[in-house]
Amino acid sequence: MDDLEDLYREIILDHYRSPRNRGELPTPPAHRTEGFNPLCGDEIVLTIVLDDDVIEDVRVDGHGCSISQSSASLMTGAVKGKSVDDAKVAMRTFKRMLTVAEEDDLDADEPLDVRKLGELAALQGVVKFPVRIKCATLAWNTLAQALAEMDA
Amino acid sequence: MRRFDPEQVRRDVPELRRTVHGLEMAYLDSAASSLAPRSVIEAMSRYYERTHTNVHRGVYEIAEEATEAYELARKSVGTFIGAPHPMKEIVFTKNATESFNLFARAWGGSVLGEGDVVVLTEMEHHANIVPWLQLKEERGIELRYLGVTDQFRLDLTRLDETFAGARLVSITAMSNVLGTIPPIRKIADAAHAAGALMAIDAAQLVGHAPMDVVDLGVDVACFSAHKMLGPTGIGVLWARAELLASMPPFLGGGGMILDVKLDSFKPADAPHRFEAGTPPIAEAVGLAAAVRYLRSLGMDSVAAHDLELTGYALERLGSRFGDKVRVYSPQDLTDRGGVLSIDLEGVHAHDLAQVLDRFGVCVRPGHHCAKPLMRRLGVPATARVSFGPYSVERDVDALLSGIEHALGMFG
Repeated sequence: MDDLEDLYREIILDHYRSPRNRGELPTPPAHRTEGFNPLCGDEIVLTIVLDDDVIEDVRVDGHGCSISQSSASLMTGAVKGKSVDDAKVAMRTFKRMLTVAEEDDLDADEPLDVRKLGELAALQGVVKFPVRIKCATLAWNTLAQALAEMDA
Repeated sequence: MRRFDPEQVRRDVPELRRTVHGLEMAYLDSAASSLAPRSVIEAMSRYYERTHTNVHRGVYEIAEEATEAYELARKSVGTFIGAPHPMKEIVFTKNATESFNLFARAWGGSVLGEGDVVVLTEMEHHANIVPWLQLKEERGIELRYLGVTDQFRLDLTRLDETFAGARLVSITAMSNVLGTIPPIRKIADAAHAAGALMAIDAAQLVGHAPMDVVDLGVDVACFSAHKMLGPTGIGVLWARAELLASMPPFLGGGGMILDVKLDSFKPADAPHRFEAGTPPIAEAVGLAAAVRYLRSLGMDSVAAHDLELTGYALERLGSRFGDKVRVYSPQDLTDRGGVLSIDLEGVHAHDLAQVLDRFGVCVRPGHHCAKPLMRRLGVPATARVSFGPYSVERDVDALLSGIEHALGMFG
């Protein structure tokens, strides 16, 4: 059951049990976007406040499995206080780690350095469970949708 | 009641010979799809090796044989569910979902208009909700729902009021999430008294309990072969002969016509009117073999076997895990089948299912295509355990070990 323990690393279980940046920010000023994983029924609500091109605050609410919820928690920690561009770079790197890189990813030829991802690298084990990749990317896809809606 | 030996059924199902992560497979997902016995697979192979060609066309020997095999399947599945006129009443579709769409489009689309009422329940599969929601959007029909009680039964306290003025009552004959079997005859009588037709989603019932459409007093039944030990790719719509004969075609094309001119066409009689294009012939042959296999087990015995395992699972879950496992399913063994949904404290259904996989246990996590029911239950997802005639107590024991592990991991 080694790969099972690889999937459910302690850091993932920790973020699942005690999610960071949980809840909803008041709208306005926050922008609110809902994300669904119709396969599993996972639902998240992402609220985000931008200050120019900096993610001033971001919160995630909703329900889902340990992978989707811990990934959302880890994501908020990774992008809060960062510029939108940095968040997009992290998103691309994260998705490449999960082998779901976008086609227009300009860095696709570069070797992947998961160390750049910090704690997010804990989700690397998901790759071995293809069905769960959608769980891990739900929060990120919702963030991408929110940024697109805000023209950020 | 003559009882079959589930170990013999296990030997008859080739897929159960494989292992999962080096373990014997504990297949507890028959409500999603059942495992086919060798006789079903061989019947389809034999058809492809000896008899395959198109049906209802050629006059050569194998064309006659293919047509005969296909039409014989219609007769055998019709007889299996007590259809009074199998050859006029059984329509082969792609699956139960298509059966509902056919019925909603052909009957609903020609009969229902603004404000006409269709009654469903909160425990329906999306297949018996979405086609009606589509008619609601397109034609302005009204949908009413029977609720679900805290004991996971249908709330029948206001039947007359809910059915007043309804054109159709369409209800699951066995919930794919809860295992609940509603009192179909009683509901059908009330529907008819109100002047409504009565349809059932028989997908979960037909392969797991004796089912007779005349005894149930229904007008329409939809189900699919792969949930009754048969192949994927074929479903059944049964409708009373007069009702089916009154319905306009659904899909248009070859096979469903009497005559076609450049500016008009004449549809064939039912059931061929509803089978446009080359039908699932090998699958029909496989379905007929599945019916033969189920008959050899005896449907009373199949139902009793499912219930015995359900009782064992309910008892063991309760005594071993207490409040840590919530069971969304009737606790008593009356009017229910071999399906139960569980939710573990602090463990999401997807995580539980992932852990169970490592114990060789196959269960279904998620909303089970019944999102309105999940909202009613107040739970985003459950892990569903469901039995088939090849299920045995050690499958449940493997489930219990997996649950123990998951609770340790996430607790």
